[in-house]
Amino acid sequence: MAVLVLLPLVVSLVLAVLTAALRTPLLCRYAGVLTAATVLASGVALSAAVLDGATPTAGDLLRVDALSAFMLAVVGAVGLTATWGGLTPPGGRTDAWTYSTLVALFLGAMSLAVLADNLGVLWVAVEATTIATAFLVGHRGTRTSLEAAWKYVVLGSVGVAIAFLGLVLLYAATVSAGRPTLSWIVLTQEHLALDPSLVKVAGALAVLGFATKAGLAPMHSWLPDAHSQAPAPVSGLMSGVLLSVAFYAILRVQAVVDPVLGPGLMRGLLATAGLLSLAVAAGLVVRQRDLKRMLAYSSIEHMGLLALAAAAGGTLALAAALLHVLGHGLAKSSLFVVSGRILATEGTTRISGIRGLLVRRPGVAVPYLAGMAALLGLPPFSLFFSEVAIVVAGFQRGLGGVMVVAVGLVLVLFAGLARHSAAMTMGGSPDAGPTPDGTSLGPQTPLVLALGATAVVGLAAGPLATLLAEAGAVLAGAR
Amino acid sequence: MSTSWFDQAIGLAAGVLLLTSVLLVWKRSLAAAVRSLAVQGVALAALVAVIGIYEGDPQLVAIALLVLALKGFLLPWVLDRSRVRIAAVREETPLLNTTASLLALSLLTMLAYLVSRPFLTLAPGPTSAAVPVGISLVLYGFLILTTRRHAISQLVGFLVLDNGIATVAFLTSGGVPLVVELGASLDVLLVVLILRVLTSRITAEFGAADLDDLMELRD
Repeated sequence: MAVLVLLPLVVSLVLAVLTAALRTPLLCRYAGVLTAATVLASGVALSAAVLDGATPTAGDLLRVDALSAFMLAVVGAVGLTATWGGLTPPGGRTDAWTYSTLVALFLGAMSLAVLADNLGVLWVAVEATTIATAFLVGHRGTRTSLEAAWKYVVLGSVGVAIAFLGLVLLYAATVSAGRPTLSWIVLTQEHLALDPSLVKVAGALAVLGFATKAGLAPMHSWLPDAHSQAPAPVSGLMSGVLLSVAFYAILRVQAVVDPVLGPGLMRGLLATAGLLSLAVAAGLVVRQRDLKRMLAYSSIEHMGLLALAAAAGGTLALAAALLHVLGHGLAKSSLFVVSGRILATEGTTRISGIRGLLVRRPGVAVPYLAGMAALLGLPPFSLFFSEVAIVVAGFQRGLGGVMVVAVGLVLVLFAGLARHSAAMTMGGSPDAGPTPDGTSLGPQTPLVLALGATAVVGLAAGPLATLLAEAGAVLAGAR
Repeated sequence: MSTSWFDQAIGLAAGVLLLTSVLLVWKRSLAAAVRSLAVQGVALAALVAVIGIYEGDPQLVAIALLVLALKGFLLPWVLDRSRVRIAAVREETPLLNTTASLLALSLLTMLAYLVSRPFLTLAPGPTSAAVPVGISLVLYGFLILTTRRHAISQLVGFLVLDNGIATVAFLTSGGVPLVVELGASLDVLLVVLILRVLTSRITAEFGAADLDDLMELRD
């Protein structure tokens, strides 16, 4: 079982080293896809093992519960969508070896983050994602991408450093309780007599720090820049799953802090950040001029919804949040992949420069519309069910007022996203081409699989429902 | 008797940490900033070594050597190379002048003492008495990051922030577990190397490493 746990980490490292050392075209093209497929396979296998009642471990530092297994599968699934969908058509330019090496390392770092039992190792892995993605954001080497990379690295590492200060204080609290540890399972299961005033500061700092990385307002300013400047598959990975990995860290910290202090502190912080994120996203999506920035602000919206779910707490809200992580990850990575194809064919991501896509480029417009329908939470896509469940759970757990405001803001965002999307796909084309061009500019299979999965899991979840409920219980059991 | 040398050594190291940070904020010369940062790294290593010797913990003494190598020599050296390479001399356009910066420093120091009270009540002793110095360093780091616009200054601010966190970690719990310490040190080193490369590229692209030029992306 330990092999399954180590597999994604070892494969990502080996592929990264091989790609950097050999630089063969084949490795440069497929290293990312291969890593993502391994992570997905390992995640699915570990999920099955967890459902059988096992808790696979590897050493003292890695431990897989239902939550870890699910998140690993999400990292793999979103990673596969982004890397496979991001393959340029054969015969096109091959990606630089640095690009593939860093993508493989990026996937490995996210896998380590969700597999770690130790909060310190989780922190190291989250910081490693910043390191792996820094040059990916600045990959194009233009002025704007350099600016985005600088802001991303400085804000990302300063934010995450604050989280480290929080973890240091948490560790200090365990030292004075006589059991020095950062192990999550020990912290949640052994009911250590931690000093509340210390845990309060520690929890607030840790959540603040990881919220920076998760792109929650008001620490979101790096996000639209980084996500709009990175190459499309990297934007998909960052938006679809890196933000969720940071959110996962918040959930783990919350499960440690809540039993010591009661849910009040975390609920207040997360509800504020959630509503603020929704408000910021709503304000900036409506008058957005750039497609990729619009998608980035939509990610801030969805992170806000996740924060509200965490603020509500309880098994229903947490299971819904995790389903939302999956649905949003698949839909958003598909949309970013399509945005890369739009950039390739239209030469711009300016919304006003893209018109009549459905008539001229159905091969690109149809997946875009399907992805947008999923992202907007139209049934049967799973985001519809997870959003409804989050709102219901919020009402059940005394956050009714917050949820009313949130629903209002989500409707504003719905209108904004729908209007821009309609303009791009159906708006009058100034120079309508003579013949529709049905080429897809890249493999359609990953997009069909990702959006198909999003459409199906909400209705027929099967064993996934059990896994989600168990993962929610892992967190909620601690409170 | 044995505790008195410990008290004094901790106090001395903490004093040097605080003093170097004040110099960092005071001086606008980037070369002086990098030198102060190196002294600060040495003082942090000394602090760790003192705690390690006092507690008879050989692992902590080994970590002190790591801190000395990384924060006392390697990181300042990387910064200095970067500074020389892009021929940067001074922080030209800080958002706060020297007087206002020093005033802000004293306010931040008071704030640090205020928020550190839980430590003093939890475990009174020479190490917890020095915790406010660590918190001060964190806040100074923020001050430098928010008011200085030169890329090298931003790097210095990030490292002061990091030194502050390390100070708090060593004073409150004798440092985080070894594997986390190693991972965190490696992460900081890589972040600084990445920012160094980005600084060079920004200088090549924009003609200067003044971050006020980075204003193209916004809504």
